[in-house]
Amino acid sequence: MNAQAPAVYTTCPYCGVGCGVAVTPDGAGGAAITGDKSHPANLGRLCSKGSALGETLGLESRLLHPMVDGARATWDVALQRIADGLRQTIERHGPEAVAFYLSGQLLTEDYYVANKLMKGFIGSANVDTNSRLCMSSSVAGHKRAFGSDTVPGCYEDLDEADLLVLVGSNAAWCHPVLYRRMVQTREKRGTRIVTVDVRGTATTESADLALTIAPGMDAVLFCGLLVHLADGDFIDRAFVRAHTEGLEAAIAQARRIAPDIATIAKKCGAARADIAAFFDLWATTKRVVTLYSQGVNQSWQGTDKVNVILNCHLATKRIGIPGSGPLSLTGQPNAMGGREAGGLANQLAAHMGFSADEIDRVGRFWGATRMARREGLKAVAMMEAVERRDIKALWIMGTNPAVSLPRADHVRAALRKLDLLVISDNVRATDTIGVGPHVLLPAAAWGEKDGTVTNSERRISRQRAFAPPAEEAKPDWWAVSEVAKRMGFGAAFAYPGPAAIFREHAALSAFENNGTRDFDLGGLAVLGDADYDKLTPLQWPVPAGSPGGTKRMFADGRFFTPSGRARFIAISEPILAEATDAEFPFLLNTGRIRDQWHTMTRTGLSPKLASHMPDPFVEVNPDDAVKLGLTEDGFASVSTAHGSAMLRVNITAAQVPGRIFVPIHWNDETSARARVGALVHAITDPHSGQPDSKAIPAALAPVSFAAHGFVLVRTRTQLEGDTVFAWNAIEGGYAARFATNEPFTALFEALAVRSRAAELATYNDPAKGIFRAALILREKLDTVLFFGLEGEVPTWTGLAEAWQLERLDATARRFLLAGRTASASFDASHTICACFGVKSRAIEQAIADGACSTEAIGARLKAGTNCGSCLPELRRMIATSAARVQEKADAYMPA
Amino acid sequence: MSEPLAVVGNGMAATRFVDELMQHALGRYSVIVIGAEPRLSYNRVLLSSLLANEVDEAAIELKPRRWWNRHGVTTLDGQAVAAIDRQARVVTLANGQYFSFSKLVLATGSRPIRLPKPGMKLQNVLTFRDLADVGAMRALMRKDARAIVIGGGLLGIEAAYGLAKAGVKVTLLHLMDRLMERQLDPRAALLLKRAIEAKNIEVLLGADTKRVLGEDRATALELSCGRVLPADFVVCAVGIRPNTQLAHDAGIAVNGGIMVDDGLTTSDPNIFAIGECAEHRGRVYGLVEPANEQAKILARRLAGDRSAVYLGSAPATNLKVSGVNVFSAGEFMESPSSDVLTFEDEGAGVYKKLIIEDRKLKGAVLLGDTADGLWYLDLIRSGADVSPLRDILAFGPALALSQAA
Repeated sequence: MNAQAPAVYTTCPYCGVGCGVAVTPDGAGGAAITGDKSHPANLGRLCSKGSALGETLGLESRLLHPMVDGARATWDVALQRIADGLRQTIERHGPEAVAFYLSGQLLTEDYYVANKLMKGFIGSANVDTNSRLCMSSSVAGHKRAFGSDTVPGCYEDLDEADLLVLVGSNAAWCHPVLYRRMVQTREKRGTRIVTVDVRGTATTESADLALTIAPGMDAVLFCGLLVHLADGDFIDRAFVRAHTEGLEAAIAQARRIAPDIATIAKKCGAARADIAAFFDLWATTKRVVTLYSQGVNQSWQGTDKVNVILNCHLATKRIGIPGSGPLSLTGQPNAMGGREAGGLANQLAAHMGFSADEIDRVGRFWGATRMARREGLKAVAMMEAVERRDIKALWIMGTNPAVSLPRADHVRAALRKLDLLVISDNVRATDTIGVGPHVLLPAAAWGEKDGTVTNSERRISRQRAFAPPAEEAKPDWWAVSEVAKRMGFGAAFAYPGPAAIFREHAALSAFENNGTRDFDLGGLAVLGDADYDKLTPLQWPVPAGSPGGTKRMFADGRFFTPSGRARFIAISEPILAEATDAEFPFLLNTGRIRDQWHTMTRTGLSPKLASHMPDPFVEVNPDDAVKLGLTEDGFASVSTAHGSAMLRVNITAAQVPGRIFVPIHWNDETSARARVGALVHAITDPHSGQPDSKAIPAALAPVSFAAHGFVLVRTRTQLEGDTVFAWNAIEGGYAARFATNEPFTALFEALAVRSRAAELATYNDPAKGIFRAALILREKLDTVLFFGLEGEVPTWTGLAEAWQLERLDATARRFLLAGRTASASFDASHTICACFGVKSRAIEQAIADGACSTEAIGARLKAGTNCGSCLPELRRMIATSAARVQEKADAYMPA
Repeated sequence: MSEPLAVVGNGMAATRFVDELMQHALGRYSVIVIGAEPRLSYNRVLLSSLLANEVDEAAIELKPRRWWNRHGVTTLDGQAVAAIDRQARVVTLANGQYFSFSKLVLATGSRPIRLPKPGMKLQNVLTFRDLADVGAMRALMRKDARAIVIGGGLLGIEAAYGLAKAGVKVTLLHLMDRLMERQLDPRAALLLKRAIEAKNIEVLLGADTKRVLGEDRATALELSCGRVLPADFVVCAVGIRPNTQLAHDAGIAVNGGIMVDDGLTTSDPNIFAIGECAEHRGRVYGLVEPANEQAKILARRLAGDRSAVYLGSAPATNLKVSGVNVFSAGEFMESPSSDVLTFEDEGAGVYKKLIIEDRKLKGAVLLGDTADGLWYLDLIRSGADVSPLRDILAFGPALALSQAA
C-alpha cells in the first residue's frame, strides 16, 4: 500500500494541443500531475489547466449511477429504456427522428461505436458533435482545398518557422503550450510573430506586429495577400501548374475583394503601413506557419476564411515542408479523432462520404443492416429539428448544448420537447441535465476512460485509465454497444474492449483504400491488445508497411481531390452575418479565458483555476464605458435579439470601440444570468454548418443592484431571486461574489435551510445596510454570507484561512464576521481581570517574569486592583507556576 | 502628633480608603476602623463565588491582619457604632466605648431590602448581602432542597447560581419581563436567561410575589397570579438601601443616602461619606467601582490634595454572572436617532450590541465575550468619533490596531 504507484502516461482532456500527461495516483483518489517529457506534443510542458488536473478528480460533482425519469435505476433498466425508446421512435417516425449529439471529449472508440450504430444500423446520419462549434470550418476548408480533411503540417514546424502568423487565435491563453513553443522559437531563431485579431489579447500583446482588424475582414486581408503574392511574383508557378487548379479565378476574385492596400485598410480598419509590412513579411519569408483558430472558424464565412489562408500557402508551396504550412488549432482533445471516426453528420466514416460507392463499402465492412443514405443534420440544424419535433429521440454524450449552442435558451426549451432524451455525462448537474432527461447514464471520466485521441497535428495518443470507474460509471462505447445489443445488433457490437474497437476502426480506414483516402491506419489494424496498451503517440496516416506514421502531408503535390490537384477557392465577398443597428449597436465577440475550459464542469472544480478570472465579465472599451456610464467591476446587461446576460464590466483598451467581448464558460450551474450561448445567433456557415459566434449585434446597458456581497458554501447551490453571482472553487468549497435586489433574509434563509443543525453567528449594522452571517457545523464553517452596499463588502479572501480550519479556533471565530484575520498579537486566552481586561496569557507572562505576588501583578498589569474578584485566581496562578518551577528544580536534583 | 481619623464601616470602600490613605499620607492620621461585622474586611463581590464553593472564606479576605497591623491601623470588628457626637467629635459604640476624631469617614454601606409582603419575616426567608447570609444559606443547602430566589438582578442571579451549583432546585422570580433590565437589553437578557436555565435554574419572569406561606418557617410562596410554589427556603434579593440612620441621628443631611459634595464631604465639614451609603449629585451607587473612586479621591483630599474632586461615575457593569461574562455601559437601549450594531454567535454564547449616536459610541452590552468592554467604556467616556472604526468596532481593538498598522 505504501509503495507509490508507477506513473500512468495519458493525454490531457482539454484543448487540441493534446499534451502528454504523467499521472501518479496518490492512492486516495487524487493524483500528482506532471507533463510527459517524452510526448512530442508538449515535451513535458503543461499549461495552468493541465497542471491543475489533480484538483478536478473529486467525486463530489460526479454522476455515479444511472437515472431513469429522475430516479435511480440499474444499468439494465436504463439501457433497455433507451433501446426501446429508439426502436419505437424509428418504427413510428423513421430513422431520421433519432439523433446522437456527441463531443470532442469522447474517445475515438466511443465515437466509432456511436457512429456505427447510427449510420449503419439505425439508418440515419444524424450524428453530430460539439466539434461542429469548434473546427468544422477547417474541415470544410481542408476538404475543398485538399479533397480531404487533412492538417498538412505538424508542431515541429513551429520550431523551424521564421514567421508565425496567428489569425483569430489567442494561443497564449487557449493553446498555451504551443504558444510557449512559438515564443521559444522566436528566442532561438529570431522568428517574427504576427497576430491578426479583432481585439487585444495576451497573444497580440507580445506580437512583433499586431494587426487589429474589423470583425469578419480577415478574409479581405488574406485576399489582399494573395493579390500581393501574385503581383510580386511570389507564386510558385511550377507547383501551381503541376498540382493545383483554380488559381486565376481565385486571384481575380481576391482582386475584386482587395484591389489595393487602401481598400484593404478601409475594410479592415487597420493601418496601411501595418498591412503592407505584413504582406511584405509573409511574401519574403520562406518558412511561414499560419495558425488559425476560432476567430476564423466560428464565422458564417469560416470556410471561406480557411480557404483564403490555404490559397496563400498553396500558391507559394508553403505546405508540407518543414517550418511551413497552415495549421488549424483545434479546441478540443479529440475533435480530430471524432472526424476520423465519422462523427459528423456530413461524413460517413473514416473520412468517407455519402457516395454510393462509399456507402456500399462501409456497409459491407460493417455488415450493416440499415445504412444511412445521405448526410444528417448538423448541430444547429439538429436542434432546430428537435424544436420542430422532427427529431423525437436524442442521445447527448459528454457535452452541454444547453449552454454552448447558439440560441442556447431556445435549445434548452427545445430539448424538453423530446419523447426520449438520453444524456451520458460524468457530472451530475449541467444546464443540459437540468432539462430533465428521461435517461441519465454515468460516463467514465478522464482518468477512468481508456482509448485514443487525436490532436491538432494528426497525432494519435492514448488516454489511459489510472483509476477504476467511479461507482457505476461506464465507458460510453460500452453503453452504446449495450443499447445496440438490446436493439438486436449484438453481433456487430460485441466488443471486449477499446483495443478491439480501435482495430476495427483502423481496418475500416484501410479497407479498399489503396492510397485513395488520406486517413489510413492500416498499419495499426492488427495491433494486439498489449501493443495497443503500449501505443506511443504517432501521426496518421499509418498505412500498412509504414508503421512510424507521417509527419507532413502534400509536399509531393498529391492531393485527394478527384483530379488529384489542390483547389484554389474563389471566396464570397466578406461581410458580417448581421450588421449593428440602433437597437443593437455593439458587435459581441465570444471566446475563452485562460484558466477555464468549456462549461467548467471540470475546470470549475479547481481552486487554482478559479482565481485568475473569478467572475463572468464583458470587456468594454473605455470610451464606450464613459458613454454608457459603465463602471469597472459594475454590472452591464448584454442583450441580443436572442437572449441576455448580466455581466461584470471589465473596461479595457484591448477592445475597440463598438466591440465587446464575453467569455463562454459560465452557465446556470456555475453562475446566474451568464449564459453567453443564449446571446449567439444561430447563423451558420453554408459549407461547414459552424455557427457564427464572433460578431453578433448586441446592446449594452449599465445595471445597478441594491446590495452586493459574497457567499462561501461547501456545495454549490443557487442564490435566491433577483441575484447575479458566479461560483469559484476554493479549498473545501465554493465562493461567489453576488449582487442582488433581494433582502438579506431571503438570501440567507434559502442557504440556511440547507444546514439546520448548524450554529448561527451574525453581525448586523442595518443603518449601513450591512448584514453578515455564518453557519458553523460541528465547529467548522459551513456557510458564510456577507451582504452590504456596493463597495462596502470586504473580499472573501479575508476568511480563506478560517474557511479551511477543521475546527474554528476562538480567534478565528471571534473575527470571522469582520471579514478579516485579526492581528497576530491578539490574545485569545481567557480574561482573568474583567475590570482591566487582563488575560491569562499576559498574567502567566508576568509571573514568569518574576511577578510572584498579586501586588506585583497588579503593579505591572493593574489586574486585581479594582474589584479584586480575580485575586483568588491570580493567587492560584502564582501557586501553580511556583509548583511548576519546583517540579523543574526537583527534576534537576540528582537521584 | 497624628490626627485621629475614624472610619465607620469595614467594607470594601473603607478598606480601599485606608489603603489609599496609607499610600498618600502615611503617619499623618491615627486611623481606627470600626466594623459591625465580626471579621476583617472581605470582598463582597466574591460572596457568590463563596456560595458556589468556587473560593473559600480565606480567599475573599481583602487584607490580612498583618497588613492592618503593619500600617498601624486599629481595627474594631463586630462593633456597631451607636452614635456620633459632632460637637464633641466623638463616636460612641454600642458597648459604651468611645473614640474621638478630628475627621470621620462614613462607609456604612447598605442593607438588603425585604419586600413589604406578608411572610417575609418568617424563618428561612433570607437575604444575600454578607458572610452571615452565606452561612445561613449554606445551613439550608441540601441536595434537592427547593429554594426560591426573588429578584432577577445581579445579586439574585448570583444567589440562584450558587445554590443551584450545590444541587438545590432553584426557582428564580423576577418582577420585570427580562433579567437585569437595568444592565441588559432584551436580547442579552434572553440569552442570559437561557444560560441560567441551562444550569438547571427555573426562571419565572413577570412573577409578582403576593406572600410567603408558612407557620414559622417558609414552606411556599404564592404569586399574585395565584400560583403557589413550594419552597424549603426563600432568598430575597430585590435590592439594597443605604445605611443612613447613624448619620441622620447625628443631624447630618440625608436624602436617599448621606449627601456629599464633590469633595465627598457631608453637611459637616469634618465628616465624609463614601461607598454605597453616600449620595453624590443625587446618585447613590451600588457598585464597587464608584466606591473605589470615591475612596481614592477622599484619601487624596485628606492627604492634602485639594484638587482631588469627585465628579461622579459612569459605572459599567463588568462581571461574571452565574458563569457568564456580562458587560454593560452607557445608554445601551436604542433610540430612534441611534444606530445599532449587533454581533451574535449563539454557539460560542456571545452577544454584543453597540449603540452609536452622532458618530459617538453611546452604550454597549456584551455577553459571553467581554474582553473588549473596557475599550468600549473608554470610547463611551471619551466621546471620540468612532465612525472611522465603525466596521470593526464590534470586533474590538485587536482589529483596530491591525488596521492602524
